[in-house]
Amino acid sequence: MMRWLLWLLAGALLGGIVHLVTILLLPRTATQDAYSRFVSMTPVNAMTPVPAPSPQNAVIPFTDPAFALAVCRYDLSSGPMKLAVPVSPSYTSVSFYTRYGVAYYAINDRAAGRRVIELDLMTSAQRAELPEDEEVTAADRLIVESPTATGLIAVRALASEPGQMAAAQNALAAARCQRQ
Amino acid sequence: MRLLLGSLLAFVVAAVIGLGATFLALSRGTAFGAISIGAWTAWPRAGTSDIDPYARATLARTGVLPVASGDGVAFLARADDNGNPLDGRCDVLLSGITPQARFWTVTLYDAQGQLVGNGVGRQGFTSQEILRRSDGSFDIVVSPRARQGNWLPTGGIERYVLVLRLYDTPVGVATRAAREAPMPAISVRTCP
Repeated sequence: MMRWLLWLLAGALLGGIVHLVTILLLPRTATQDAYSRFVSMTPVNAMTPVPAPSPQNAVIPFTDPAFALAVCRYDLSSGPMKLAVPVSPSYTSVSFYTRYGVAYYAINDRAAGRRVIELDLMTSAQRAELPEDEEVTAADRLIVESPTATGLIAVRALASEPGQMAAAQNALAAARCQRQ
Repeated sequence: MRLLLGSLLAFVVAAVIGLGATFLALSRGTAFGAISIGAWTAWPRAGTSDIDPYARATLARTGVLPVASGDGVAFLARADDNGNPLDGRCDVLLSGITPQARFWTVTLYDAQGQLVGNGVGRQGFTSQEILRRSDGSFDIVVSPRARQGNWLPTGGIERYVLVLRLYDTPVGVATRAAREAPMPAISVRTCP
């Protein structure tokens, strides 16, 4: 009897390990995460407008329908990226997500403080390779480090009423994301 | 023989406990660092690199892109102030004020996060569209039938979720109490 109880206890302990390992590994095996959903509909390293969510069809669940959305699916393995987003009349934000959907950085029009939000996106290794003096002279350049070589940039422009959606989409049409 | 049976038992128990706990955690949406204010709950840490492994796994499974902390914060409500699940066949009143933010939006989704179809094509309100009283407070009636003032149609679905997103706001990881972030009350007015 005692022996069976010990086996049960061992099983429960092993079960705890199985639980932790599956939770940690799940993001790497998911096929329906945000990045995977955009793979078929967006080219790499280019800004693509995402159709407004509707009751019949939404690429990403829990998308805010008051915003125009454009996505850049980036791949930094061949070099850093440059991002330029002109701000729209009401509210514009740029959010950076890793390959696994972790939001590691975001900036809005007010924090950027200019008419165009300009950023350089690179991996930590690429940043380390930047020449020292260049980093100093480019002090006004905002550099964002991506924890993963691939990921998503989501650019959002608010249409504060439905009639402004076209204006918000137009503002995003001028957003650029490209290799340096 | 006994060793074989014993280890077999241990492996079966491990699989059931381990996979069962993972399934439960993901289907219930477990995440740490929640802020609950009235009927509303936010997970501001889910919009940062400090996101916990459970929230990461949930993101991977659902495909949601969380609101990043430099952008804003999202509050979810699945139930009213008394803890009853929100029912699209009832008249529900959202009333009060919102925390400090440059803009906010309130949106109605079904339980899976899809928008709900209705005759007037309205899925939510932005802070610019809402009709307010002179003191800045507002009422939104969430109802299957047309109502005066700020009417948010439910499409008559059984269960829905309200999401209030604050953009460019001081509310975030450091927020603790309702005093810092006054959220609108959610009460059921009539229910057939």
